[in-house]
Amino acid sequence: MFRLKVNNIDIEIDEGLTVLQACEKAGVEIPRFCYHEKLSIAGNCRMCLVEMEKSPKPIASCAMPAIDGMVIKTNTPLVEKARKGVMEFLLANHPLDCPVCDQGGECDLQDQSMFYGVDKSRYKENKRAVSEKNMGPLIKTQMTRCIHCTRCIRFATEIAGVPELGAIGRGEDMQITTYLEKSMQSELSANVIDLCPVGALTSKPYVFEARPWELKKTETIDVMDAVGSNIRVDTYGWEVKRILPRINEDINEEWISDKTRYACDGLLKQRLDTPYIKYAGKFEKASWKEVFNIINVKIKSTNSSKICGFTGDLTNMETLYMFKEFFNKTLNSKNIEFRNNHSYINPENRENYIFNSSINGIEESDFILLIGSNPRYEATILNARIRKSYLKNRMKIFSLNDIGDLTYPYENLDGRTNTIKAIVENQHDLSKIIKSSKKPLIIIGQSALSSKSGKYIFESIKSFLKQNEKISMDWSSLNIMSEHSSTVGSLDLGVFNTIDGSNETLKNLEDHKYEIVYLLGQDSLKFKKENEFIIYQGSHGDKGAEIADIILPGSSYTEQDGYYTNLEGKLQKAYKATYPPGEAKEDWQILNELADTINHRKLFKDKDELLSSMLNYLKLFKENTSNKKSSNVNDLNFISEDIEINNTDYYYSNVIARSSKTMLNCRNEKLNFLKTGTES
Amino acid sequence: MSLRRPSKEQPEHFEFNLISLEAAKKIVANYPKGKQQSAVMSLLYIAQRQNDNWIPLAAMKYIAKFLDMPYIKVYEVATFYTMYNLSPVGNFFIQVCTTTPCMIRGAYDLVEACKEKISKNENELSKNKKCSWTEVECLGACVNAPMMQINDDYYEDLDKEKTLKILDKVLSGEKPKPGSYRGRVNNEPENNRKTLMDLKNA
Repeated sequence: MFRLKVNNIDIEIDEGLTVLQACEKAGVEIPRFCYHEKLSIAGNCRMCLVEMEKSPKPIASCAMPAIDGMVIKTNTPLVEKARKGVMEFLLANHPLDCPVCDQGGECDLQDQSMFYGVDKSRYKENKRAVSEKNMGPLIKTQMTRCIHCTRCIRFATEIAGVPELGAIGRGEDMQITTYLEKSMQSELSANVIDLCPVGALTSKPYVFEARPWELKKTETIDVMDAVGSNIRVDTYGWEVKRILPRINEDINEEWISDKTRYACDGLLKQRLDTPYIKYAGKFEKASWKEVFNIINVKIKSTNSSKICGFTGDLTNMETLYMFKEFFNKTLNSKNIEFRNNHSYINPENRENYIFNSSINGIEESDFILLIGSNPRYEATILNARIRKSYLKNRMKIFSLNDIGDLTYPYENLDGRTNTIKAIVENQHDLSKIIKSSKKPLIIIGQSALSSKSGKYIFESIKSFLKQNEKISMDWSSLNIMSEHSSTVGSLDLGVFNTIDGSNETLKNLEDHKYEIVYLLGQDSLKFKKENEFIIYQGSHGDKGAEIADIILPGSSYTEQDGYYTNLEGKLQKAYKATYPPGEAKEDWQILNELADTINHRKLFKDKDELLSSMLNYLKLFKENTSNKKSSNVNDLNFISEDIEINNTDYYYSNVIARSSKTMLNCRNEKLNFLKTGTES
Repeated sequence: MSLRRPSKEQPEHFEFNLISLEAAKKIVANYPKGKQQSAVMSLLYIAQRQNDNWIPLAAMKYIAKFLDMPYIKVYEVATFYTMYNLSPVGNFFIQVCTTTPCMIRGAYDLVEACKEKISKNENELSKNKKCSWTEVECLGACVNAPMMQINDDYYEDLDKEKTLKILDKVLSGEKPKPGSYRGRVNNEPENNRKTLMDLKNA
C-alpha cells in the first residue's frame, strides 16, 4: 500500500497504479484525451498534466507511476496554465466546425475546452488540412479534426486484434489511416467511434441524423447474439437512431459488436405493421378480429396433436413462456420447439447448456479447446475476452477445426470426431494437457451439437471432464456456446419436446405430420411447405412471413419489455424504448388475445401476472435442477465424421440484420475483401 | 515538408535478391528470437538499396511478412523517416542540405542550381530521367558547408558555379569527384593544418 497526498487529501492506493488513477481515487478529476482505462498508456495528449512536489515541471499523470509519499497538486495556477497551454495547442489545428460536427454535444474536446481552455487563440497561421480516409461502411472520417490521441490505433491492435490502423508521417503531418485505406476487417471496428474523443471518427450510418440531447435514451439488452451485451438505445420519436454500449464489466466491458450497434436500421425496414391473410397466393391486409377468427376456426377443426409451434432466435422469455402456456393450456399440445436444426440438447440439468465458466472466468483459464465453434462470429464479445485472456495468460488454445483468423493464435486439429474419441479415451496428447490444466475451458459450439455425432461429443466430453474432476463447484470446464439470445431462456422455460435430446418436432414437421404450424419469430426453418397452414407472428417480413398463410405483426426487442438469459445463464431485462409500428402489438398480448378468442378466457390478466408466473417457474426450475444429479447416458453411438463449421453469415444472421442496409453494406464489403484479398 | 505518399506506379512484386537476403538474415540474427521486428529499419534500407534507391509497397509487404509484423507497422516506419524514398528517384539522387549552417553559407544557391539544371520541383526526375534532387536536413558536414550528397558521396564547399558544373557532369552520366571543392582534405584548414603536425594519420 502506498500513501499519497492529492490536493491535501491523504489516500492509500495499491501498488502499480498511475498518478491519474490515484487522483481519481481521491475524487479529483483529471482531464484527458489519450488515456483510456482499457487501453495501453500512450501519454501523448499532455492534457493530464499535474504538479508534483519536487518536480520542476508538471508531469503527465497518466504515464507516471504513483509511489509512496508523492504529493500531487491539481488545483494550482501552474496546472491551470499548463492545461490552458495544452488546450491551445490542441486547438491550433482543430477546426472550429462544431455546428456541423456529429460529435457536437458529446465531444470531449468541446467539453474540456469549455472547462479548462481559454476563449481565444493566439494562433494566426493556417490550419492543417487532412484528407478524409476510407475506413469502411461504418466509420466516417474527418481527419482534420484528429488530435492524434492514438486511441483508435491502440484499440485496433490490442482489443480488436486487427493491427490495421496506424499513424503515418510525422510531426504535424502525422495522419491516422488504415493500411492503404482499406476498411477495417473487424467485428468490433465501430467501437473506435466511441473511443474517439473528437469528431474525427464518427458513425457513417448516423451521419447528421440527430443531436445527442434530442434523443430519448433507454438502457437495455442486446439480442443479436447470446452474449447479452448491455446497450443504450437512442430513439427520436418512433425511430431507433443509434445503439451505444453500456459498461458491464461482467459481460461486454465497454465494447459492442458492429452488428449490435448497426443492425438497428433494420428495425425501420421490412416491418409488419398490420395483420395479413393470404388469399390465392397474395397477401391482403386484414383486421386483428378477422385473423383471430380464422385461426380460431382452423384450430378448432384440427386435432391438437396436428398443431406445432416454433419459437425464434430473438424471442424474449415472457413471450416464450406465454407461447408455452398457450400451447399447453389453450391448445392442449406439447409440440413446441425452439431449435431450428437437429442439434442435440440435454435439458436435464442447467449446466448442460450454459457457458459454465462465465465470461469473466475466461480470464482465469489456462487452456482452451474449441469444438465446432467459431467464437469470432458466434459471440464476438466473448471472442474479444478470449483474446484479452490470451494476451494476459498466453495460454494454449486449440480448435478442432481450422476456423480462420480468431485474432489470437491457436492450433487446429484435424476436425474429425475420431480426435474427440481419442481425447476422451486418453489416447491423445490433449487428454494429458486437459487433465494437468487447473482451469481448462472446453467450448462446444452449435456446429458440433447439430452434427450427427452431437450427442456423442457432448456426453462423452462431459463424462470425461466429470471423471477428471473438471466439473466441480468452483470451476466447470464444460461450456456450451449458444448462438441466439433466446436459446438459454428457451431451455430454462422448457420450450422443447424431446425424450432423447433430438428435435422430434422438427423431424415430424419435415415428414409433414402437422396441419398447423405456428412460427413465433422463427425465420430459419429449412422445410418445404406442402399443405400446412402456417401462422407467422413476428416483426419483420422475412423468410417466415413469406411462407405464411396468416401474418400477425409483433414487436421487436426495442418495442417491448422482456427478459433474456445470456449464454452464461444471466437473466437480464430489456426495456421498451419505442413502440411497435402501425397495428402491431406486443407479442405476449397477441397470444393472450388469441387465447381469449379461442377459449373465451385470457391466459393472464396483465403483464405483471405473466411476469410473476414466469419468474416463479424459473425459480422452481432452478431449485429443482440445482441438486439433481445428472444421469449417465449410455447408448452413445460413435460415428466417424468430419465436423463442419456452419459458416455463420455474420452480418445476415437474423431478421433485423437481414433488413438492415448497413449490414448489407458491411457484408458486401467483406465479400469484396474476401474476393480481392489483402494482396490486391 | 509534407506527408510523403507512395508512388502511384508500383511494381507488382518484390523479393530480396541473394545478397540482400543474406544481409537481411544477418541483421535479423542480431536480435533475440521473437524480437525480429527490430530489424525493420535495416531491412527497409536494404530493400531501398536493392530497388534503385526507393521502396515500393510490394517491398513493405515483403518485409512485413519476412518479419511477421502487420503491414501498417512497416508502412508507418517507412513514412516516418525521410531517408526512405517512397517513389522512384534518379540514378543520381541529389540531396541538398539546407539546415542552418549550410543555409547561412548559401545552400539556397545550390537549390537554385538544381532547379535550373534538373527539375523545377524537388523529387521530380530530370528530362533525361537520370537525376532527381531534394532538400534535406543536416547531413552532418557543417564544417564544409554548403554541401550536398549525390548517392553515397559528399560534395562539399560548393557555390552555385561549382554546383552547376557538377550537375552538368552528373546529367551526362559521369560521376564527379567527391569531397571538398576548395581543395581541402577532409575538414582541414584550407592552407594546410596548423596543429597536430607530428601525427601522420590525424
